[in-house]
Amino acid sequence: MADTKVIVGLGSCGIAAGANKVYNKLKALKDAENLNFELAKTSCIGMCFREPLVEVVDEHGSMIYGDVDEDKAIEIIQQHVLGHNPIKEYVVKTDLFATPDQSYFDGQVKIALRNCGYIDPENIHEYEARGGYHALRKIAVEQIAPEQIIQTIIDSGLRGRGGGGFPTGMKWRFARANQSNEKYIICNADEGDPGAFMDRSLLEGDPHAVIEGMIIGAYAIGATEGVIYCRAEYPLAIKRLNIALAQAREHGYLGKNIMGIQEFNLDIYIKEGAGAFVCGEETALMASIEGKRGMPTKRPPFPAEKGLWQKPSNINNVETFANVPYIVANGAESYNKYGTEKSKGTKVFALTGKIKHGGLVEVPMGTPLRDIIYRLGGGIQNDKKFKAVQLGGPSGGCIPEHLIDIQVDYEQVTATGAIMGSGGMVVMDETTCMVDVARFFLDFTQKESCGKCTFCRIGTKRMLEILTRITEGEGQEGDIEKLEELALQVKESSLCGLGQTAPNPVLTTIKYFRHEYEAHIRDKKCPAHSCKKLLTYQIDPNKCTGCTVCAVKCPVKAIDGQRKQVHHINQDICIRCGDCYNSCRFDAITKS
Amino acid sequence: MRVQRLLSDSDKTLTTEEVELTLIDPLIQKYKGKKGSLIPLLQGVQAVYGYIPRAAFERLAAETGLTLSDMYGVATFYAQFRLSPVGKHIIKVCHGTACHVQGADSISTALKEALKINDGETTPDKLFTLETVACLGCCSLAPVMMVGDETYGKLTGSSAVKIIKEIKIKETQGKD
Repeated sequence: MADTKVIVGLGSCGIAAGANKVYNKLKALKDAENLNFELAKTSCIGMCFREPLVEVVDEHGSMIYGDVDEDKAIEIIQQHVLGHNPIKEYVVKTDLFATPDQSYFDGQVKIALRNCGYIDPENIHEYEARGGYHALRKIAVEQIAPEQIIQTIIDSGLRGRGGGGFPTGMKWRFARANQSNEKYIICNADEGDPGAFMDRSLLEGDPHAVIEGMIIGAYAIGATEGVIYCRAEYPLAIKRLNIALAQAREHGYLGKNIMGIQEFNLDIYIKEGAGAFVCGEETALMASIEGKRGMPTKRPPFPAEKGLWQKPSNINNVETFANVPYIVANGAESYNKYGTEKSKGTKVFALTGKIKHGGLVEVPMGTPLRDIIYRLGGGIQNDKKFKAVQLGGPSGGCIPEHLIDIQVDYEQVTATGAIMGSGGMVVMDETTCMVDVARFFLDFTQKESCGKCTFCRIGTKRMLEILTRITEGEGQEGDIEKLEELALQVKESSLCGLGQTAPNPVLTTIKYFRHEYEAHIRDKKCPAHSCKKLLTYQIDPNKCTGCTVCAVKCPVKAIDGQRKQVHHINQDICIRCGDCYNSCRFDAITKS
Repeated sequence: MRVQRLLSDSDKTLTTEEVELTLIDPLIQKYKGKKGSLIPLLQGVQAVYGYIPRAAFERLAAETGLTLSDMYGVATFYAQFRLSPVGKHIIKVCHGTACHVQGADSISTALKEALKINDGETTPDKLFTLETVACLGCCSLAPVMMVGDETYGKLTGSSAVKIIKEIKIKETQGKD
């Protein structure tokens, strides 16, 4: 047995950043020279901004190396693993000494993500070794009644982490109350919010936690069958779920008389979603499982009464389920000691956008927004000015700079006009145009509207048209008022959450950034210099040195000029991508 | 609404391509008579051909009793399904929120210019299909695109075009 373990983070982000190449290099090196260390895999460690990550564990402790490529990997093996001399400047996380990135972990409390980055998600024994399936065993050994489980979940204060925020225990109680010989427990893993990847990371990093949560949920409500509705765009998550489900069956966590509990029979299967945002809505999701178009239906009847195949059903989100085993194993107090009065526990956020340290963070409810952005996130990229943070995706809104001291919980976020949502947190700086952000989300919801309700189908389309013309410098007086009127009508006349919340990005940007709308409409200017129709790039002849970098960088060959002579941008060809602006080392390119 | 997924006239001529229908027989056997199997069936057909050919719809209807209208309704509702053949390499440019604020539009525009096709179209040499997707979930690497199974992050317009050109060069060398 080797005393040193080298672990490579192989989540989707890591793989995209080149982690597979690093893993293969390490494997080749180990095999070729018959080196004495154990090579292992894990999933998302959460530090996406430092991917690929490689952890070295030896008798001294653990050190995580960041930004590892094949060359660095060889260095790490030679110096740290073989030479026992860690390369401190590459280390991004360790308990042994302070690293510049330490603040990223200060204030994080990992409950849902408790195993992510610590275990090999394809190995059930590693999950069990960290307390996995302990909660289920506890239920069997202590013969805890389903009602008591539900009470524990209610006491914990856990609320639906998919965005709705409905108390999970109450939902389970309703589902339990409906008698039926068939009952379904469904996991909503159709993470559709653009800019969110909490559920993907959880499924890739700790699939058994979600499965155990579902098994406990099934026991509590009396479900006979489980379905995980997962996006087809998440092939790695689906693969690891399938492996985990097979292992759970093999170990008797799924099947008949589970853990010796009489009459407790359950199997879980995966249904691949086919790509429709509206399927995040529970009635639409169930229609999709049944093989129909994913269109929502009127409630009542609620799914707890008549859900999948007209049988009582209960749907929870991935993160919600992942919290359940922890709560059952450790008691309600272990969870509700975190958080605020009405929002208990922790929440996982995908911190992205113009932020220095983007990644997956889990913080107690009520953590100040400022802490998340500046302490964990390290502030804004290139030290630009913070403008707003978008929470809740297409259903949410933008929280402006003057509200950065709010505490992030359901109540305070809702009061700003945004929503907690599933946890996408996209940071925007002074170069982001808020009208364009609103247009971006309306473009999304307009395409994703299922078309059932007139106001959602046509109202979002009209709103998008108005927003598009504003960003193109064709806005008219009265457009803002028209947007507000349409927004209200779409909200009030739509059946499901998609339509009811689709206007939120528009309403919050008008509320906090009305001056940006007015600048577009009245002055035909985009204050953020972002809207392409209102933008021209020009070369300052006094500063241009004729270095040709911009001409080389230009993807459409719109820049011409001889070496060492002033260059020129052909405005008819220019696509205003800004590559020249970003590549010029002499500040010779101006935006106006 | 997803009406833009309906076929244009030029696409309709493409879908009459001949396909080997026996390839989907195992799939039909697997799902025949099972409830809720319409979507997995269509996903399976697409995995075989890269899209859902008209003849496959008809075969499914004849073999499983599913109606053509139901299948067409579902196939045009979900973003995943394609009704016309695709190129060898599918380029998926991520237009999630994070990628959008980091300039995904420029990536798409540069690729459209370089490939001389629009979003959703395939190059005449059948090498590339250009698609826009909502979110690939690699937000910290934004802007991102996927070509086949490979993900490329932190792109600029020119680096994206370069990646495509390299693939094209490899393909043409392979033919020689």
